[in-house]
Amino acid sequence: MNDMSPDKKERSKLAKWSRRGFIGAGVLAGGGLLIGIGVRPGNPVGALSPKVAGAGENLVNSWVKIGADNIVTAIVPHCEMGQGAHSVLAQMLADELDADWDKVRVQQAPTDGSYVVTDTARMFVAPFTMNAADWIEPTWNGLFTQIARMADAMITGGSSSIRTTGQHSMRIAGAAARGMLVGAAAQSWDVPASEITTENSTLIHKASGKSAPYAEFASAAAHQPMDQTPRLKTPDQYRLMGKSKARTDIPAKINGTAEFGIDAVPEGLDLSYAAVVRPPVPGTTVVSMNAEQAKTMSGVLQILNMGNFVALVADSYWQAQQAINTIQIEWSRSESPILTMDDQYAAFAAALDEAGETGGDEAAKKGDAQGALASAATTIDAEYRVPFLAHAPMEPINCTAYVKDGKCDIWASTQVPLMARSGVAETLGISANDVTVHHPYIGGGFGRRLGADEMSMAARVAAATGYPVKMIWSREEDTQKALYRCADLARMRAGLDESGKLVAFDHAFTQRHDPAEACVPAMYDIANTSVRVAPAELHLPFQAWRSVDHSQQGFFIESFIDEAAHAAGADPLEYRMEMLKGSARHVAVLQKLAEISDWNVETAEGHAKGVAMVESFGTIVGEVIEVDMTSGKPRLVNAWAVCDAGYVMNPDGFKNQIEGGIVFGLTAAMYGELELEDGAIKQSNFHDYRMLRMDETPNIEVALINSGDVPVGGAGEPGLPPAAPAFTNAIFAATGKRLRMLPVAKQFA
Amino acid sequence: MANFVLNGQAVTIDADPNMPLLWAVREKLGLTGTKFGCGIAQCGACTMHLDGDPIRSCSTPVSMAEGREVTTIEGVSGEAGNGDGLASAIQAAWISEQVPQCGYCQSGQIMSATALLRDNPSPSDDDIDAAMRGNICRCGTYTRIRRAIKVASGQAQPREEEA
Repeated sequence: MNDMSPDKKERSKLAKWSRRGFIGAGVLAGGGLLIGIGVRPGNPVGALSPKVAGAGENLVNSWVKIGADNIVTAIVPHCEMGQGAHSVLAQMLADELDADWDKVRVQQAPTDGSYVVTDTARMFVAPFTMNAADWIEPTWNGLFTQIARMADAMITGGSSSIRTTGQHSMRIAGAAARGMLVGAAAQSWDVPASEITTENSTLIHKASGKSAPYAEFASAAAHQPMDQTPRLKTPDQYRLMGKSKARTDIPAKINGTAEFGIDAVPEGLDLSYAAVVRPPVPGTTVVSMNAEQAKTMSGVLQILNMGNFVALVADSYWQAQQAINTIQIEWSRSESPILTMDDQYAAFAAALDEAGETGGDEAAKKGDAQGALASAATTIDAEYRVPFLAHAPMEPINCTAYVKDGKCDIWASTQVPLMARSGVAETLGISANDVTVHHPYIGGGFGRRLGADEMSMAARVAAATGYPVKMIWSREEDTQKALYRCADLARMRAGLDESGKLVAFDHAFTQRHDPAEACVPAMYDIANTSVRVAPAELHLPFQAWRSVDHSQQGFFIESFIDEAAHAAGADPLEYRMEMLKGSARHVAVLQKLAEISDWNVETAEGHAKGVAMVESFGTIVGEVIEVDMTSGKPRLVNAWAVCDAGYVMNPDGFKNQIEGGIVFGLTAAMYGELELEDGAIKQSNFHDYRMLRMDETPNIEVALINSGDVPVGGAGEPGLPPAAPAFTNAIFAATGKRLRMLPVAKQFA
Repeated sequence: MANFVLNGQAVTIDADPNMPLLWAVREKLGLTGTKFGCGIAQCGACTMHLDGDPIRSCSTPVSMAEGREVTTIEGVSGEAGNGDGLASAIQAAWISEQVPQCGYCQSGQIMSATALLRDNPSPSDDDIDAAMRGNICRCGTYTRIRRAIKVASGQAQPREEEA
């Protein structure tokens, strides 16, 4: 299986598309709901057992083991960063397995090529294979497992865990394991398999009165033939799916016992601690440094000039940070002509000027937008802009590394453990097989932890010192010297006919990353559409940030649609409804939204509501935000969301994600902004890169629609994109002031 | 040398008197339930109790704790808990309302909530805002934290898990 050794270039190419696929897996293969893939060809339990099973535990297939105590453990290949994937993936496997939920446990899959998440890679590179016939399915499955291994595709992102690995691996693994247990019992009891039923982790043969816990046949089951396309349950047969089962990771998160990357205390190792300083302006390097004072400070062990960063290793992190703060570093000059945000926006404007009214790369085209604009009864145009944003996960970036005898151990909160393994191996010039990546819980990802650079930095420091080193970035380092949601500028034009109907839509901007369709208002029935990209350089390095392009495109498009509605003199919700008549699902979301938000009921004096709707990562989300403008500054009062994800596996968990997406989106809308000074980021910590707090957060109500019969949608990101435009649309409704740039708060200072 | 009482036990550590309590407890005493978030008392992830009052341990030098009682999330949890049942009620509410997402800030949230409910057994929304606004949750679980505080204080019914 693992005898393929693609050259480095090939692997990096594969990694790129695979990562893009995960981050941007917004396009789901249409058609059939579930195809049996995801069980590993050949059922390699012999090779895997030593890696994942302990004494008395039997691995039935790659994804599930059963203990002598009848505990069923789901081995989950995705990381847990608060999205609840560990728990819900186990719920899906356990349901198909007919396992007793009270005796189900979750185990993080090791960082091993055997646990790549085949199905997301497959969905991205070859969606046309997703509806394969049963006879060819094992072939596709084998092929894509190999491809995923080459691409190090062990990734968590793109709101994809449930809809890819859940639907296409964990359920199949559970159903297949159930079939294998039944097969083993049938053989032993000498009865037809068809007469054996299963419930609560028990095998039952009613006619003979025989029954046995799964544990009794777990060992024999592993040797049974494994059906790669087992029959899956239909929703009326679900016992766990669709239920708000309590998350299994929560108890440890409320008593201090949950272990995050930063908590790693490797047994037997006497840790030293590293603080780092990275270039204030991207791409620059250390020219010289004066560390005289630092050298004399207590606890300081080593000071390292690593070229593109400086590291100081000490007995404690605090000592390391105090000492490194005294080092004066001269950095090389950046060649970037961009020193301020004005420069950055000017660069965007220059690219858009050059593209003009028709130029740029075509992202979508329908009808004749230019012609329709020319003949429209009313035209409106507007320029929108959004700033750079930091991810700011609560757990600062950190990594613990130990290099000894040509081998390296890494402890890190990462969304990409296998890529981290390859990255570290490449950095150290050793084989990936000699790198072990331990990845405990993640204290917030949001896309920030999709990169592997930090692990390589820590490995370099560990290799240079010979110490086991825990590297921790200060909050300031992560705010100022990381990877960012891009800033952008958008120019939009709309044409309305005499009835106010939107007949032409032209949208040009400079940044297009993922998902590709985020910039296209495809859900609306607009006869003439043109969407154009005029690429411009970014001063700061890009990184996918929760909902990626939808985070800015949702604001651009849904604000401008609101402008069109007001230009037409229409109610903004009704106006959208008119344009969605072709889609019953979208209409149902808006109807429900109007109902729960009392859209048609007069608001209190000084209050107003705004609406927005975005479909992203397979889920349609409509939101209404109510603001109170009585003090002259916006106060968030209420947020309502209605979501149609096709089918929701854990409703309460899904709602928690949507609530979080709304707060994340409103935080960015209210306060989020990074400014540049001499090419470096000005904001540094939570005092000037502000987050919404308890007293600023609105009440939030989320309603779900299971419209069924469509592929299951994601939860982590779709709540975010409508939040900002619903908020600013509400401000317009209250004040007549149209906010075409973010953040909001400073425009009412 | 610094001497204080940590979760009911006398401890002595060899640390720079200016070292923040957070790092002394995490690195020298090995209790990692209290988290580092910002280092400048802006996020509340490092909240501990000093003689019962919530403090930001990232900005409190270990010398301030000399001879005093320090309580961490480990100290209010489980068998080592303070015995008044308050923290258990709060943690039960955190489970019934399924509050945490990533969970990184939740030790600090619970330490702030514990101090609030001890002093004010039936807090209003404004009281909750005032006591909790120092704790950032980047995952955005604020509405659930509010509800959990109300459940823990008997002002709201716990959510029932769908069977």
